[in-house]
Amino acid sequence: MTSAPAIICQGLTRKFGSFTAVDSISFEVAQGEVFGFLGANGAGKTTAIRMLTGLLQPTGGQAWVAGHDVYSEVEAVKRSIGYMSQRFSLYDDLTVRENIEFYGGIYGLRKTELHQKSGDLIERLDMEAEANSMIRSLPLGWRQKIAFSVAVLHEPAIVFLDEPTGGVDPITRRQFWDLIYEKAAQGVTVFVTTHYMDEAEYCDRVSIMVDGRIEALGSPAELKKGHGVDSINDLFVLLARGGKRGDA
Amino acid sequence: MKAFRGFVIKEFFHIFRDRRTLVILFGMPIIQMMLFGYAIRNEVQDVQVAVVDWAHDSASEAITDRLEASRYLQVVPGIEHQDIERAFRRGEAKVAVTFPRNFERDLILGESPTVQVITDATDPNTANTVLAYVTAAIGTYQIEVLTTSGGARPASIVLEPRMRFNPELRSVVLFVPGLIALILMLVCALMTSITITREKEIGTMEILLVSPLRPGQIIVGKVMPYLVLSLVNVVTILLLASQVFLVPIRGSLTLLLAECFLFIICALALGIFISTRTSTQQVAMMISLAGLLLPTVILSGFIFPVASMPAPLQIVSHIVPAKWFLIVIRGIMIKGVGLEAIWQETLVLVGMTTVFLVASVRGFNVRLAD
Amino acid sequence: MTAVDIKALEKRFGKTAALEPVTFSVAEGELFGLIGPDGAGKTTLFRMLATLVLPTGGTATVDGLDVVRDYRELRNRLGYMPGRFALYQDLTVAENLKFFASIFGATIESNYEMIRDIYGQLEPFRDRRAGALSGGMKQKLALSCALIHRPRVLLLDEPTTGVDAVSRLEFWDVLTRLRDSGLTILVSTPYMDEAARCDRVALIQDGHILEINTPTGIEDSYPLPLLSVKSSDRLTAKRALERFPFAYSVYPFGEELHFTDSRAEPSVSEIKTWLHEAGVADAEVTVIRAGIEDVFMHRMPTVEGQTGVA
Repeated sequence: MTSAPAIICQGLTRKFGSFTAVDSISFEVAQGEVFGFLGANGAGKTTAIRMLTGLLQPTGGQAWVAGHDVYSEVEAVKRSIGYMSQRFSLYDDLTVRENIEFYGGIYGLRKTELHQKSGDLIERLDMEAEANSMIRSLPLGWRQKIAFSVAVLHEPAIVFLDEPTGGVDPITRRQFWDLIYEKAAQGVTVFVTTHYMDEAEYCDRVSIMVDGRIEALGSPAELKKGHGVDSINDLFVLLARGGKRGDA
Repeated sequence: MKAFRGFVIKEFFHIFRDRRTLVILFGMPIIQMMLFGYAIRNEVQDVQVAVVDWAHDSASEAITDRLEASRYLQVVPGIEHQDIERAFRRGEAKVAVTFPRNFERDLILGESPTVQVITDATDPNTANTVLAYVTAAIGTYQIEVLTTSGGARPASIVLEPRMRFNPELRSVVLFVPGLIALILMLVCALMTSITITREKEIGTMEILLVSPLRPGQIIVGKVMPYLVLSLVNVVTILLLASQVFLVPIRGSLTLLLAECFLFIICALALGIFISTRTSTQQVAMMISLAGLLLPTVILSGFIFPVASMPAPLQIVSHIVPAKWFLIVIRGIMIKGVGLEAIWQETLVLVGMTTVFLVASVRGFNVRLAD
Repeated sequence: MTAVDIKALEKRFGKTAALEPVTFSVAEGELFGLIGPDGAGKTTLFRMLATLVLPTGGTATVDGLDVVRDYRELRNRLGYMPGRFALYQDLTVAENLKFFASIFGATIESNYEMIRDIYGQLEPFRDRRAGALSGGMKQKLALSCALIHRPRVLLLDEPTTGVDAVSRLEFWDVLTRLRDSGLTILVSTPYMDEAARCDRVALIQDGHILEINTPTGIEDSYPLPLLSVKSSDRLTAKRALERFPFAYSVYPFGEELHFTDSRAEPSVSEIKTWLHEAGVADAEVTVIRAGIEDVFMHRMPTVEGQTGVA
């Protein structure tokens, strides 16, 4: 394991016509770090993530994900990362096992390896009884846990999580974060966005985007001390209130 | 390669687990084969022939028997010469054969009597076929006479074909009225079928329901704008038909517009009815297209004559609104008839419209579907 | 005076119960919160109260009218804001408002007082299409449309979901002011921290109501002592506490850990020593008051094999 940063952004920018969604953001994420990427709706978070996962090409600046250039090595980027979003991750009309096998197959896992990992995953999540149930019959929290496990099945160096716990009950939310910590302990870099400010505190470092720019970057403790607030929630409100995009 | 294989397998799962896709995949081809197979006929059957016999001699009666014997033709009695036009307009006969006075005498004397074959050429395909049958029937008679007389009597007859309403046998005369029906039905029904389901999908239907608005108000309110805009459509289409394709409008323009108006409301009401019964725009569109397009094209008499189809399909064609409208629109445009000839069809359309509207209001769920 | 009266109201779909029999009432002028995660049954309950869905059991009256029998009259008096802010995306702000006013036979002018607060912020955008508004603005517009006909009871289904933190705060300020003006408001939300702004709250999970009380009452109902543990090595502290013989539950809460002791009188020093021995030297252990989320997690029916000691 080298010590090169997992993610490097330098002046990363994305314009849509005359509108600048992401305005020259720069930061680095170390390997094995749990990095919280926060920001209000419309602040540019989703656009930034899309650029880092190879779904959208930047219009300015540079970025490297897992050592690969996001402009010229997009396919390599995609192979090196895992991705999970709130809106969709798994197929409703396939069973738990079928979903695992499908995604494993896409990422090139061999049959025996896949079989082994599939069994391990189901055991870790305590879902032996539900392995052959349709995803749509399971509660949201369980689906999200499976989705996360599937996203890291092919052992990527980095996993991107886009609001993975929205609407999930408080206990399952915390179990989800247990899964995140397990992976981080194994050296996987976790890049997560969330609206739950208490989850921001679980991260090693946090960045807050306002109007396309990064207005805060650092560990939760540093940021709170530096801005004289008690919680990341207070910091967020402080910074977001200054934002103009939230007005319309 | 493995990724590709895994992807294909997944797609198979999706297909087999979605009932709707399965119906389309397997059900549609079978239905289409059956429909098309039975409906597409170029032969005609039981075409009504009016025989105007001024001769009343054994020759004319012999030929009449031949006509009667043909399985394609069916002689309709009691139509005099002056009734022919009206019979055509009313659809009581498709072809008229006239025998002049002293037919047999002229025949024996070798004076080549003229037999007129007047055909309703609104449908030029049928007209040609019918003419062929009549010619064949008469030809059979001629051959018989020739053989029984041992070649002595040539029985030469001059056939004078006359094509009514569409002398140039332009197929556009057949198609364009049908196109008008098809376009109106499709556009109107399709538009209204998605409008209610769209509200259900974006969620505004919930708010409308929890308001004082009555179902009747919502339905009529939805139909209104499409009605107004469709009239503009009708005028445009009629202009194109008459100016570009030179399809005649022989009857009353007011009556034509009124009937189009009625058909539009019928199509809109049908669309609304579909809309009240479906929950997604996708399904609504599929039902409109598959459930309306196909029957309208095949079973309305647009291209293929209904009379030639097997009985079950003919029965089904009765519930296709376009079938009745086609009779009306062809009558007014091509034959120039007035309300007295088409009042029955008009009544059927009024009835259908009422049924669709009432069913929509009744079927409109005042609550969210469970 | 009761604004909403619910008795054994339930909704089943075949064998599954979306909502088990529920009984409670809401007083006039009360701001009542329904707190629970996705799939808990909040929307099902609201839809029954809004006369949109028929209950499979029990009864409910809103503003004195039965939700099944008198639905037509009741629809005149309800203000309803469904989830996903159902608005006409292709109509402008002003057009949306005008439409919703008109179907209730009201005009914007006659009831402007009611929405002045909220609409004031929307005014500059009155000619913008609703689809082009930000989440926070859509929320305000949807609320205005629900209020424009001067309803007697307001039902808001997850109005703060998908909206940024600042807009959420402002929204609750608006709700509080509306409540102060005499309106009865029922709100559902998955955010536990919003419970604190309600007069009374019902915790709901998996179709069951876990508890109904004032926020303070709910916090008071936590049965065991709750301690907050702060340290620089949260992970080690957590593992150590899970091994503690009297541990009832250990949950991360932001930068703290919430530790529930199974004894009535826990000893802070004992816990500190335990942590010290596990390698956590700088632990701060304090007794704290339980919050809504603590109570919720405590009351949640847990599945076999997935215990409270996470």
